[in-house]
Amino acid sequence: MEKFTKVTGIITPFDKINVDTDQIVPKQFLKLVQKTGFGKYLFYNWRFEDDGTLKKDFILNNEKFNGSKILVTNENFGCGSSREHAVWALKDYGFSVIIGTSFADIFYSNCFKNGILAIKMPKDFVESLFTYEGNLVVDLQNQEIIVNNTKENFEIKQDKKRRLLDGLDDIDLTLDSENIIESFEKNRTIPSII
Amino acid sequence: MSETLFEKIWKSHVVKEKENEPSLIYIDRHLIHEVTSPQAFNGLRIDKRSVRRPDLTIATVDHNIPTTDRSLPILDETSSIQIQTLETNCKDFGIKLFGKNSKNQGIVHVIGPQLGITLPGTTIVCGDSHTSTQGAFGAFAFGIGTSEVEHVLATQTLWLEKPKSFEIMVNGKRKNSFAITSKDIILSIIRQIGTDGGAGHVLEYRGEAIFDLSMEQRMTICNMSIEAGSRAGLIAPDEKTFDYLKNREFTPKNYDELVDDWNENLHTDSNTQFDKSFTINVDQIAPQVSWGTNPSMVCDVTQTIPFPEEFGNGVSNQIKSAEKALAYMDLKPGTPITEIQLDRVFIGSCTNSRIEDLIDAAEIVKGKKVSPNVRAMVVPGSQMVKHEAEKLGIDKIFIDANFEWRESGCSMCLGMNPDILKPGERCASTSNRNFEGRQGVGGRTHLVSPVMAASAAIAGHFVDVREWC
Repeated sequence: MEKFTKVTGIITPFDKINVDTDQIVPKQFLKLVQKTGFGKYLFYNWRFEDDGTLKKDFILNNEKFNGSKILVTNENFGCGSSREHAVWALKDYGFSVIIGTSFADIFYSNCFKNGILAIKMPKDFVESLFTYEGNLVVDLQNQEIIVNNTKENFEIKQDKKRRLLDGLDDIDLTLDSENIIESFEKNRTIPSII
Repeated sequence: MSETLFEKIWKSHVVKEKENEPSLIYIDRHLIHEVTSPQAFNGLRIDKRSVRRPDLTIATVDHNIPTTDRSLPILDETSSIQIQTLETNCKDFGIKLFGKNSKNQGIVHVIGPQLGITLPGTTIVCGDSHTSTQGAFGAFAFGIGTSEVEHVLATQTLWLEKPKSFEIMVNGKRKNSFAITSKDIILSIIRQIGTDGGAGHVLEYRGEAIFDLSMEQRMTICNMSIEAGSRAGLIAPDEKTFDYLKNREFTPKNYDELVDDWNENLHTDSNTQFDKSFTINVDQIAPQVSWGTNPSMVCDVTQTIPFPEEFGNGVSNQIKSAEKALAYMDLKPGTPITEIQLDRVFIGSCTNSRIEDLIDAAEIVKGKKVSPNVRAMVVPGSQMVKHEAEKLGIDKIFIDANFEWRESGCSMCLGMNPDILKPGERCASTSNRNFEGRQGVGGRTHLVSPVMAASAAIAGHFVDVREWC
């Protein structure tokens, strides 16, 4: 995984609650067997008319937000299906930071496996961002978001921070403990399936 | 020290732990299907890794598989490729697959328990959020993303932050235990605690009304834990649990020994404090019908469509989302639920496609006909359910009533196969999610129990099924 660096830029304000992963990537696009190329399907049913033209009133179709890497959302973002395709689509579309008041558990975990920094922030702060049009700096190393030269700190578990900053592979890390896994297995009483 | 059931299972699976960091947790059972696994196997190939414990892993095809004649080729090319990819991956990595023509094929959360693969006190994962279903057996069962699927394949473990515990106390006795189902209980719970009420927590369902339920009814409850935001929900095992799993195809040989151990250990100690607690009484529960676009937007069948202000209770976000939901659903506040006319009825999904669901629905349908305005289908959860139903003659009851009787799979719960709603169609569905477009772009879903769906199919609109039985 690529190392996570500081992100600076405009935000895409997306003030909706309970956005489920069926909306982030609809089921008709889950049939691909690779991880790449999901960006074009992001929010497909909200973004496109039936004939494939852009829906004018959908936020991602506002040219003002082209190239934005920071999505600001509201509570319980990413609820529902466990599909990691939702995160692949957000990443492929260009988002590397998502700021919201809360995230669904599986979605939150999936973000960090794919180099997306999901940040939980207080309601007042998030709501103030929905109308903010300037640049934002997201500095993971120092755990701060800079808005209008004002710094706001954010919380993040240290292991998640380290893995993003170092771009570490989880499996490699785990296999370092292979001898511990082996000795755990020796004491198990649950038999094999077959 | 007194502990919750979940804490006991967690503790017995910790491979490695460090303060303030996630713990490495051992996984006893890994179930795989065609949609969320191909990228995980690709990852293994790229890094030249193998599957650590193929003997703890099984696979089936359920999401994409057509529910029509299995001897015919799959017409959708991308579905066909995804299914073939799973076949190749299972062959290459030595994993047992219950494929398209297997007698054990079915929805992964339906076949796990039916085959005796699901066991109390175990950790069970699958790249599917409804893995929580299997918590009904006193297991810590939860959905994972594809990166985690790859991690489990390679290491048989997962890094997890320990979730908090949430007690859901379900008291009382249902007035009409045929018409008021476990689906109505879980919808009532989600209606009250909300779609993120359980986030960060493992739910433990307790109380007399839970132990009164059969294993299949308990699975319906645990299945929808994720709709309340919880990755997992569980129920302590009892005699019903042990009886259910006895003599299944993959029930372990030392089962009796295991049962002795589970009997002794798998319960929450008395006087244990949960991090959170919620109590519901089922005495007064009515059949539930969802009216909106998430599973907390639910009301009694006797009620009317709520006004957004009433639903939102002064919270502007909630009011906005209710307005949007009603626009999508094309419903007007104040309309009685029983006046909602339907185009489609779907009885199936990992929530409600087991044999008891079909027996109960058939009881309602027997000797009647589906309304001429409705197209109705029954999709058994597995080939085993289908054959059992056919042995009991239930298929004939449905077919005589003009229901379509299909092969097993996820089908119209998420419409990855050809079973989908057309834009604007309205469906009474026994599935778990009423999200926008879930059952087909522009389709409108109302979540209900199997007996409510069956009665709605006959009447052409929702009815209070208590009046029918």
